[in-house]
Amino acid sequence: MALSAQQIPRWFNSIKLSSFINSVQLTKRFPRAGQTLSHGFSAPTQSSSDNCCLRWGFKTYWTSSSRNSSQDADSSRQESSAAHHTLLPCGSEHSGRMPSGDSELPLEEMDDLFPVSPLQPVSEEEAALISAHASLPAASFTLRDYVDHSETLQQLVLLGVDLSKIEKHPDAANLLLRLDFEKDIKQTLLFLKDLGLEDNQLGAFLTKNYAIFSEDLENLQIRVAYLQSKNFSKADITQMVRNAPFLLNFSVERLDNRLGFFQKELQLSVKKTRDLVVRLPRLLTGSLEPVKENMKVYRLEFGFKCNEVQHMITRIPKMLTANKKKLTETFDYVHNVMSIPHHIIVRFPQVFNTRLFKIKERHQFLTYLGRAQYDPAKPNYISLDKLVSIPDRVFCREIAKASEKDFEKFLKTL
Amino acid sequence: MGSAGLARLQGLFAVYKPPGLKWLHLRDTVERQLLNGLNAGKPPAPEQRVRFLLGPVEGSEKKELMLTATSVPSLTTHRLVRGPAFTSLKIGVGHRLDVQASGVLVLGVGHGCRLLTDMYDAHFTKHVSREKLDRILAVIQGSHQKALVMYSNLDLQSQEAYEMAVGGMLRPMNKSPMLITGIRCLHFEPPEFLLEVQCMHETQQQLRKLVHEIGLELKSSAICRQVRRTRDGFFTLDDALLRTQWDLHSIQDAIQDAAPRVVAELRKNLRSGVDSQQLPSAEQPQHSKGPSSTVQGGSCAKH
Repeated sequence: MALSAQQIPRWFNSIKLSSFINSVQLTKRFPRAGQTLSHGFSAPTQSSSDNCCLRWGFKTYWTSSSRNSSQDADSSRQESSAAHHTLLPCGSEHSGRMPSGDSELPLEEMDDLFPVSPLQPVSEEEAALISAHASLPAASFTLRDYVDHSETLQQLVLLGVDLSKIEKHPDAANLLLRLDFEKDIKQTLLFLKDLGLEDNQLGAFLTKNYAIFSEDLENLQIRVAYLQSKNFSKADITQMVRNAPFLLNFSVERLDNRLGFFQKELQLSVKKTRDLVVRLPRLLTGSLEPVKENMKVYRLEFGFKCNEVQHMITRIPKMLTANKKKLTETFDYVHNVMSIPHHIIVRFPQVFNTRLFKIKERHQFLTYLGRAQYDPAKPNYISLDKLVSIPDRVFCREIAKASEKDFEKFLKTL
Repeated sequence: MGSAGLARLQGLFAVYKPPGLKWLHLRDTVERQLLNGLNAGKPPAPEQRVRFLLGPVEGSEKKELMLTATSVPSLTTHRLVRGPAFTSLKIGVGHRLDVQASGVLVLGVGHGCRLLTDMYDAHFTKHVSREKLDRILAVIQGSHQKALVMYSNLDLQSQEAYEMAVGGMLRPMNKSPMLITGIRCLHFEPPEFLLEVQCMHETQQQLRKLVHEIGLELKSSAICRQVRRTRDGFFTLDDALLRTQWDLHSIQDAIQDAAPRVVAELRKNLRSGVDSQQLPSAEQPQHSKGPSSTVQGGSCAKH
C-alpha cells in the first residue's frame, strides 16, 4: 500500500475548505507528487452563498496530513483554525461574509513543495465537491448581476423597490450593495413604518428617496419632532412624507426657512399655510424661484388682486408650480378669446389646471352649436368648472346636448 | 401579453393631427401610449435557476455530501430588477404636417415603416391639405362670377402646368416641387372661400403661398386661414384616430382595418410603376374619386 499520491491540482480554486490543519507535514518521498492530502469539512459548504468576488489565481491553501492517510482518510478531520480563501477586493463587495483567519502559505513555497499537474486524476467525491461557479463581475452597469447573491437587494425587491431605476444612479447602487440589511436598512424601515407609511408604499418611497439610508436616524427624528412642534398632525406628516419623499432629507433650518417663505409671500394665516403645505408638500422640497415668478405673473401680468390670488391658490395649490408659458397661454385664451372676466376666473381656478387643447376644443364646439354662454346673468349659462372638469361623455350629453359622434366629427374639422 | 401585442402592432394607421401640435410631439405621444399599453401586461412567472447544491444524500450510510441539482428562484428577470420589457418602438411618420396644419397623418409601426417609404416613392398620393394662418377681416368687391371664373382659370393653369410637368420635365417619383393635379372652389361666401386642392409633394407653406397668389390674381389679398389634410393616399378622415383614441387597442384595430387596403395599394403601385405610359391614365380614376384637399382663406379687395 503505497502512499497514494493524492493531489488536488491548484486549479480547483473554488473549493471552500473550512478547516485546515495548522501544521504542515510534508513528505518528500516523491519529488513530484509525494504528499497525501486530506481535506476536512466541518460543515456542508454553502455553495449558494457566493458572497465573495472571486478572481482567477487566488490562492488555495491546503495542508497535508500525516503521511498515513489513505484515500478515504476523510475521517481525520482535524479542525484547528478554519482557513479560508482570501478575498481579493473587487468593485463591489458584500458584507457579512468576512474571511475568517486563514493560515497562509505563500504559494511559491507550495509550488516548490508539491508541484501539481492539471491532469492528475481525482476521486469521485472530490470531483463532486468542486463547486465551479461563475464568478461575479467585478464591475457592472446593472444590479441584475448581483441581485441573486445579495440578501439586501433581494429584500428590497420583495418590498417593491424598483432597482432598475436606482441602478441609473451609480452612487446609489454602490451604496445599497454595501449596506447590510439587518444592521442599517432595517432601522430605517422601522422608522418609516412608525411614521405611518404602509408596507406597500415603502417600495415607491424608497425608489424615489434611496438617500434616506445615508441619513442619521437621530436627524430624521429631530425633523419629525420639529414638524410636530409646528402643529402638523401625525397623519399630516405621513401624507407629506408619502407625497414628497425627500422631505425628511431637509434640515430643520431649511424646512423652517421654507415654511416662513410661504407664509410671508402668500400672506396667508398659519393654518392656511399648513393646509397648503399638507396638500402639496413638494412646495417645501422644490425650488422657490418658479413660485416667486408665478406670483409676479398672477399679480402683474394677469392683473389679479392679492386676495384673488390667495383664494385661487388655496383652492388649487398646483398653480404655484405651474409652467409660466402654459399659464400665459391658457389665460390669454380664456380671457381674450372666450371673453371671461377676472371675477369669474377667480371663482373657477380649475381652468389653470387643465390642458389648453381641451378648453379650446370644447369652447369651439360650443361656439359652433351656439351654446357658448359664460355669463351667469344670462340664461343657458355654462360654468367654467363644468366646461373643463367633467369627462367627454357627460360633457356631450349634458352641456353640449349633442352626441359623442358629432363631437368627434367636429374635432376632425378643426 | 407583450409579445403578442407587439405582433399585432406592425403596419400603417392614420392619426388626426390637431392644429398647434408638432408632428414630432405627436409621434412621441403615440409611442409613449403604446409602450404603456404593452408594458401593462401581466408579468411573466419568476424564472428558476438550476444550481448544484451540496446536500446530504438520503439513504446513504456514510452521510456523504453530494451535489444535487435544485431549482432555485432567481430574481434576475423580475420586473423591478430588469425594468420595463419594452422601452422603445419604431414609429415612422409619412408626409409631415407643420405646427399650424391639421389633418390626416399616416404613421407606421414596426414593419410598417418600410411600407411608408414604398408608399412615398412609388405612389401618386393625392394629398389633402388645408392651411391655417391668422385671419384678416376683409371685404371682397367684385362679382361672384368673376371670382369663380378666376378660380377656374387658375384651375386650368394648374392643369397645364401639371401636364407640362408630366411631359417629361419633372417626374413625380423624385423630390419635385408641388404639383397640383386639381383645384376647385368648394364654396365661396365673401370674404371667405374654401378651396379644395389635390396635389402631390406639397408643403403647407407652398399651399399658403398659393392662396396668397390667388389673392394677388384677384387684385386683392388673400390669406390662408387653415390647411387641413382630408386625405393621404387612401387614408381618409374617417380612418384617422383622434387624441382620445391613441392607445394600444385602438391602434391595433386600426392597423388591422387598414392592412388589406395597404396591400392592395402597394400591389397597384408596383404594377403601375412598371409601365410608365400608364401613369396619366392611372391618374384619371383618382380625379373622379372625390374631393381630397381643402384650402380655406379670406380675401380682401383693395380697389
